[in-house]
Amino acid sequence: MQPTPPIPTDDEIDAILMPHKGREGPLLPMLHGLQAEYGHIPAPAISRIAHIMNMTRAEVHGVVSFYHDFREKPAGRHVVKICCAEACQSVGGDVMVEETLAKLGLDWHATTPNGALTVEPVYCLGLCACGPAAMVDGKVVGRLDAPRLERILTEAGA
Amino acid sequence: MKDFIIPTSMDDRDMGTPARQGAPVTLTIDGFEVTVPEGTSVMRAAAEAGIQVPKLCASDNMEAWGSCRLCVVEIEGRRGTPASCTTPVAEGMAVRTQSSKVKKIRKGVMELYISDHPLDCLTCSANGDCELQDMAGAVGLRDQRYESGRNHYDPLGIGTLAAGDIRARTRDTAEDLGNPEYIPQDQSNPYFTYDPSKCIVCSRCVRACEEVQGTFALTIEGRGFESRVSAGAAGDDFMASDCVSCGACVQACPTASLQEKSIIELGTPERSVITTCAYCGVGCSFKAELNGDELVRMVPYKHGKANRGHSCVKGRFAYGYANHKDRILSPMIRDRIDEPWREVNWDEALTFAAQRMRGLQERYGKKSIGVITSSRCTNEETYLVQKLTRAVFGNNNTDTCARVCHSPTGYGLGQTFGTSAGTQDFDSVEDTDVIILIGANPTDAHPVFASRMKKRLRAGAKIIVIDPRKIDLVRSAHIEASHHLPLRPGTNVAVVSALAHVIVTEGLMDEAFIRERCDWEEFSEYAEFISDPRHSPEATELLTGVPAADLREAARLFATGGNGAIYYGLGVTEHSQGSTTVIGIANLAMLTGNIGRRGVGVNPLRGQNNVQGSCDMGSFPHELPGYRHVKNDDVRDIYREVWGVEIDNEPGLRIPNMLDAAVEGTFKGLYCQGEDILQSDPDTKHVAAGLAAMECVIVHDLFLNETANYAHVFLPGSTFLEKDGTFTNAERRINRVREVMKPLNGYADWEVTQLLANAMGAGWHYTHPSQIMDEIALTTPSFAGVSYDVLEEKGSVQWPCNEAHPEGTPLMHVDGFMRGKGRFIVTEYVATEEKSGPRFPLLLTTGRILSQYNVGAQTRRTANSEWHHEDLLEIHPHDAELRGIKDGQWIKLASRSGETTLRAKISERMSTGVVYTTFHHPDTQANVITTDYSDWATNCPEYKVTAVQVSHSNGPTDWQEAYNAQAAQSRRILPAAE
Repeated sequence: MQPTPPIPTDDEIDAILMPHKGREGPLLPMLHGLQAEYGHIPAPAISRIAHIMNMTRAEVHGVVSFYHDFREKPAGRHVVKICCAEACQSVGGDVMVEETLAKLGLDWHATTPNGALTVEPVYCLGLCACGPAAMVDGKVVGRLDAPRLERILTEAGA
Repeated sequence: MKDFIIPTSMDDRDMGTPARQGAPVTLTIDGFEVTVPEGTSVMRAAAEAGIQVPKLCASDNMEAWGSCRLCVVEIEGRRGTPASCTTPVAEGMAVRTQSSKVKKIRKGVMELYISDHPLDCLTCSANGDCELQDMAGAVGLRDQRYESGRNHYDPLGIGTLAAGDIRARTRDTAEDLGNPEYIPQDQSNPYFTYDPSKCIVCSRCVRACEEVQGTFALTIEGRGFESRVSAGAAGDDFMASDCVSCGACVQACPTASLQEKSIIELGTPERSVITTCAYCGVGCSFKAELNGDELVRMVPYKHGKANRGHSCVKGRFAYGYANHKDRILSPMIRDRIDEPWREVNWDEALTFAAQRMRGLQERYGKKSIGVITSSRCTNEETYLVQKLTRAVFGNNNTDTCARVCHSPTGYGLGQTFGTSAGTQDFDSVEDTDVIILIGANPTDAHPVFASRMKKRLRAGAKIIVIDPRKIDLVRSAHIEASHHLPLRPGTNVAVVSALAHVIVTEGLMDEAFIRERCDWEEFSEYAEFISDPRHSPEATELLTGVPAADLREAARLFATGGNGAIYYGLGVTEHSQGSTTVIGIANLAMLTGNIGRRGVGVNPLRGQNNVQGSCDMGSFPHELPGYRHVKNDDVRDIYREVWGVEIDNEPGLRIPNMLDAAVEGTFKGLYCQGEDILQSDPDTKHVAAGLAAMECVIVHDLFLNETANYAHVFLPGSTFLEKDGTFTNAERRINRVREVMKPLNGYADWEVTQLLANAMGAGWHYTHPSQIMDEIALTTPSFAGVSYDVLEEKGSVQWPCNEAHPEGTPLMHVDGFMRGKGRFIVTEYVATEEKSGPRFPLLLTTGRILSQYNVGAQTRRTANSEWHHEDLLEIHPHDAELRGIKDGQWIKLASRSGETTLRAKISERMSTGVVYTTFHHPDTQANVITTDYSDWATNCPEYKVTAVQVSHSNGPTDWQEAYNAQAAQSRRILPAAE
């Protein structure tokens, strides 16, 4: 099982949020800052952002939940984002991915029980010319096929 | 708005988008020519032409959103099919709202909506009152071709639920039945449910919460197919969110997704009556919707000029007290207050009361009895009660609860401007640039007006908050005060004078206005007085605790920021210098030229639904209706002529004087209508002693209130739903109250007063309240033009309404002050006698909370108590730590007057040294603590400053125990013999 992440204190959260306060449109930079630090948006941060920005928690929640990239819980140690957009589908990516995930017993958005890996769909990485494409911990890879994807996923801990 | 079920006049239609002001633009819609102001949407223009474009996400109380794609139209010369809600009109535009192209689009859109909607219309609570249903009909939807698949409505899993399946009705179960998209109903709010499975994600609720109410409690979470309405953040339900239960979202919802529980339980209403809310001084107009004589729901009335279609949790939902089991419907009497009550018939009760009162007058003199009129009752009822004392008792012993709230307003504004009322209408705030808010907490006490104020603030107006507490208007979602001046309780005059000092000494006053509109000599004297360095912010800082630099900035902002309006509440009046502060506020307005046009003015936020009216109706012991002194022979002549009796020319007793006289043994009988002086008036022990010393206390009320513990006669009252009449709100607006159902007790309150008067030999024969209003109009110049016919025709009017102002008077003092020249009066600060010291080091101030109303007689008997079921003492963390007090602990609150126990709430809203509580619950009896200090001019009690100490407690005080025992003893009732 994954260890429960420690809940950050208000001061720790504020230290991440405050540098963005004066910026134009500070909410997204704040959320990116939190995600970069904690790998997710810790629940207490919603209230802190609401307080600092003079918004409500509902409004912050609306933004956080709109972007799939912002997560409410930490992801696995590795995150593999597999492109499911039209260009990758047209070169057989969709079938290849579904089959590989099924073989390895992985689900979209889910984290493996050992906490090693989270698999997510992504809609276009801009690598249409060399699809099917994916992004492994922020690094893009192209020209995937089933064995290669399986290797990537198993190496990541699936 | 759901306006399809109840047939209403054309005027009640939802026009789709808000009205605009602008130059006229002419266009044709389906060949019909229509002229509308520039900026109007095509949708609204069509509605003006009588053509309803299908729509789901648009409503005329919020800005267009353009998401439902049902309102698409074709416009000649333009490509595509624009949404009519977001497209503004243009000169010469030719619009077609029906063409084969748009019909096809609409059908396709509706088909998509329906593909993810449970088609259980026959068993749905919105059946017959559902815009989705209406639109399906309007676009001619006959088929739904999509195969079942992922959906939000089927709890059992994907595609297993056929339309109308019986299992659809089990959707309120919380168990996981297999469909991950399905979210069970949120029933947490006591008044409405949220059923996500019926949501079409039109965002109307979210926008209503933001634009109309200004709370921002709702959002759309997720995106695409996952989009759902969410109250608060992840894991919150409605009760856990910031929701204030104003009902705007429920009203906005086009389906049954947000639905009143009363509608779910009772079905859709079949008739409606327009009436006026009986809670605060905003005076919202409501449509009471009924089935037979059963009230199904209250919906804010779109054309109500005070509320403009908005409401709060009290008026919208908290009407359940009207049918509460505690309500007493049979008259009761007893010889002594330690006896149980005896239920008797009306005749016996009235004869008993009349004989006792007359007997007291025979034994102790004509002036030994009196009345207290109610600010909760109608103008007509109040008028009759004061007439009772003046014409039947033969004295002027009449007073009203305004004594304990806004009597200083009457005095202060009367002295300076010449009228005892606010100068503006509520609409005026839409033109305000800078607001000063003193001693008022509108988001709790006047929530519907607060929403309008917040809307204006979000649009760019600025606000200066002068209050010891960090109230919501200091900082809450998308609102932030430019300045918060957290003064020490009791130093209002010093702060207001310091503001004036800065304006005068820095030359920021509006000299042209003062020269033209005010007495220049009086101003010169005032200017000399106020320029004295002892009034400077620097000199008063130590006293008031308000940083001088901040105060100077605030004064400059108010004087130079454009239209400046001052709003104030009981935090101004309920002080030993309440009248002085009101005068100071009037001075500030005159200094800056902020009187006599829209967007400015002096605006007292009156506490009770008809406190303005009860003052207007001559409830005060020195004034006949219309604020005319009883010493004035000409005025007394008018009444002698109409009433046929001589009016006493000596002012009568005020409430505190009545109680003092009772203790002394010279005041013996009281008729108290719709007011609970024992709980609401200061220094409870003294009030109790006064009441106990009387020989005949007649309580005329809905419930056996605290005062009734000392009563000999109980006359059952009627609720605002059960009578005709008028209420006058804080903007002087006379609004009709209409009989929604017959009085449960048999008589409206005005009839009971008439019966009592006649039992005492008066011979009155009013058969309808309109006749009482006619008498008021006949005898009172400022009401001369008011009649029920006029009110019926205009909806409401603001007094003065007479020959000079036939349409009423939305703004006062437009061409000059009512008294002639505006009068500056010097405002010397005199510290209150009530001071904190070693024994009582903290200052207590009191106030209201949103969900409860005053002594809580009504709201405590509704589900509103789920928000606030006990009074709490708010205390700053520092003061709490010093005393070792933890959040939620029982504490003892003691003053020189008495002590009580309640629980602590640690809050940074408080300044150090100041504690705060509400007075909604009789168990707490916050007024045991308050003192008998009062305003120098009007005797308005000093509720807002009491020196107290807070310490640990392990149970109720002796007083609380003794009181509760007495109350239990006193409330015994013997049923009438069969």
